[in-house]
Amino acid sequence: MAKVIEPSVADKTLDLKEMTDARVSLGRHGAGLPTQAQLSFLLDHARAREAVWTSVDRASLIDRLNRIGLAVIGVDSMAPDRSIYVRRPDLGRLLAPESTERLKQAGTAKGYDVAIVVADGLSSSAVDLNAVPLIEALVPKLAGLNLSAAPIVMANQARVALGDPAGEALGAKLTIVLVGERPGLSAADSLGAYITYGPKSGNPDSGRNCVSNIRDGGLPIREAAEAIAALVRDMMKTRVSGVALKAAVAKLPASKV
Amino acid sequence: MAYKTTIEQTVFRFDDLKTLLAKATPERSGDQLAGIAAEGPVERLAAQMTLADLPLKAFLGEELISSDDDEVSRLIAARHEPAAFSAVSSLTVGEFREWLLKPETTHDRLEAVTWGLTPEMVAAVSKIMRLQDMIAVSAKRRVVTRFRNTIGLAGRLSTRNQPNHPTDDSRGIIASAIDGLLMGSGDAVIGVNPATDATDDYIRIVSLLDELREKLAIPTQTCCLGHVTTAIQAIEKGAPVDLVFQSVAGSEKANRGFGVDLALLKEAHEAGRSLGRGMPGANVMYFETGQGAALSADAHFGVDQQTMEVRAYAVAREFDPLLVNTVVGFIGPEYLFNGKQIIRAGIEDHFCGKLLGLPMGVDVCYTNHADADQEDMDTLLTLLCAANVNFVITVPGADDIMLNYQSLSHHDAVYCRETLKRPPAPEFEQWLSEIGLTDRDGALIGEPAALSNYVRSSALIGA
Repeated sequence: MAKVIEPSVADKTLDLKEMTDARVSLGRHGAGLPTQAQLSFLLDHARAREAVWTSVDRASLIDRLNRIGLAVIGVDSMAPDRSIYVRRPDLGRLLAPESTERLKQAGTAKGYDVAIVVADGLSSSAVDLNAVPLIEALVPKLAGLNLSAAPIVMANQARVALGDPAGEALGAKLTIVLVGERPGLSAADSLGAYITYGPKSGNPDSGRNCVSNIRDGGLPIREAAEAIAALVRDMMKTRVSGVALKAAVAKLPASKV
Repeated sequence: MAYKTTIEQTVFRFDDLKTLLAKATPERSGDQLAGIAAEGPVERLAAQMTLADLPLKAFLGEELISSDDDEVSRLIAARHEPAAFSAVSSLTVGEFREWLLKPETTHDRLEAVTWGLTPEMVAAVSKIMRLQDMIAVSAKRRVVTRFRNTIGLAGRLSTRNQPNHPTDDSRGIIASAIDGLLMGSGDAVIGVNPATDATDDYIRIVSLLDELREKLAIPTQTCCLGHVTTAIQAIEKGAPVDLVFQSVAGSEKANRGFGVDLALLKEAHEAGRSLGRGMPGANVMYFETGQGAALSADAHFGVDQQTMEVRAYAVAREFDPLLVNTVVGFIGPEYLFNGKQIIRAGIEDHFCGKLLGLPMGVDVCYTNHADADQEDMDTLLTLLCAANVNFVITVPGADDIMLNYQSLSHHDAVYCRETLKRPPAPEFEQWLSEIGLTDRDGALIGEPAALSNYVRSSALIGA
């Protein structure tokens, strides 16, 4: 019979689990994990895989956004399916030609200040759970800054950089891409927000600012919306985003800050 | 120069050496992403047959990336030793495979040819070898290195204990490190990937780890895997730096993406050696590499990702490292799509590193968007032990909560000891027994108070 390793007396005064969220002090049977720890690891992995491989429930998201009075335009990247999308990040950054047309038609002569693009990224559960509440919190804040907003863009098989051609086609000054982050074992539903001033195909990642880990148990929706709105405000004032933003804000005359 | 072969009246033509190598590479997503992979299995076989007939000498005549543009190519050319090469200089790539497999080609003969081989020759032969071929040859080749203990002896397996924490919290790092030590992990190194690259944090982390090692008298070495420039600054400030770490890749441009060049690595190597913290002549460098690193930096020059990876080993071996590991499944499914591709790449990287004389380890790992799971890691780990890998990386419960990927668990190290009979470095094995973690047969028996009580005795983390 396998011997169960019991914690020693001394260990009872030291709780490694209290010191880190890592999977410490799991116990073992020979080299094997206890059954419960083994299965709970597999459940976390199953959740993460499901987040990567399942599609966003687009119809439900559109319906929920319509109900709060927001128009939505669905677009696709150049990656035809999930399997190709995962292998070809380059295709996930490109907008399909018919989608580009659709966005151009939605543009107005004046253009928009802000375009919000929802991209499935690598986690559908992040988008399903967190995108609508975040947009709901964000839209009034953008209105409070007197910014005009384009219809919400709902993008399939899309990476962060797809926000560039999307914002460009809409004629937006700035894009906020809400994207499902690569799921970890501990959290599969983290949403990231990438904000870019002057969206244009080929923009470098250093030209974006990011608010990450937006989820229940991570950065709460309300705080995330505030952080995003603050970045948007700074970018609209400085017309700069990314690594250069901090310095640009510092240079603003006091009256503008 | 173009290369041609005919299979049943169909002529297959490959415009140059790098095209031939790319087309001959077993299928992987990274080469497909780069648009250089074979179009299908038959073209791949045609390329492999052409490659098998190619004399090894051809690699001395045609550079994949011109020395005019690339310091890694210049290094490869400068370090090639014709005398060492003479043992195999008349062979084709196919004959070289057979020579490697022959029982007469012993460890000593493999060692003697080390500096006669270029990365391109080694990458080429690996492309026409099965997993079993590569394991059989790697198992013959020992590369032994030393700092406070001896790593890479035949029949042994060392482990890097990787106590990462998302915010580099001191208590979190130490808790994780102790969890690993309790399962006998950490003789290769106790090494933290820092969440930030700030010098103060780097110094705090190495000081923490050094106190742990010193107080428990563990015959091992510690490392904070920050950038070399951070390590150099920390050394200048008197921090207890055992190993100097850097990620490296197979072209000058890709290394520039990592913020290094050969001159900077030389400076870092000298700074590390100047401290004299290991035994005399100790190896002080630690490098990580991984297939796809050059492509992701758009610095592959149309060369396939596995050949680019082996070129990174030319950079690593210049600095006499204690440890080198590929982070094989970490770079993502756009480079290695699934368990099959990750397993093959792990065995290739280990084989190629060993032939070039590197103390090769593997981070047996995957990300959640790759089509891989823990069973693929079981397979790769077991194969690597058969191949006599120097070390693997272990984390609590296989879940790295800082880097958000799955590596091996400390439990997997126990499996290697108890089922595969791979004890750790001899000095560390003795320490495990002396401190009361293992019995006379090396089996783990308990949790000695010295470890359990460590947190209370630490001056750096407090109770």
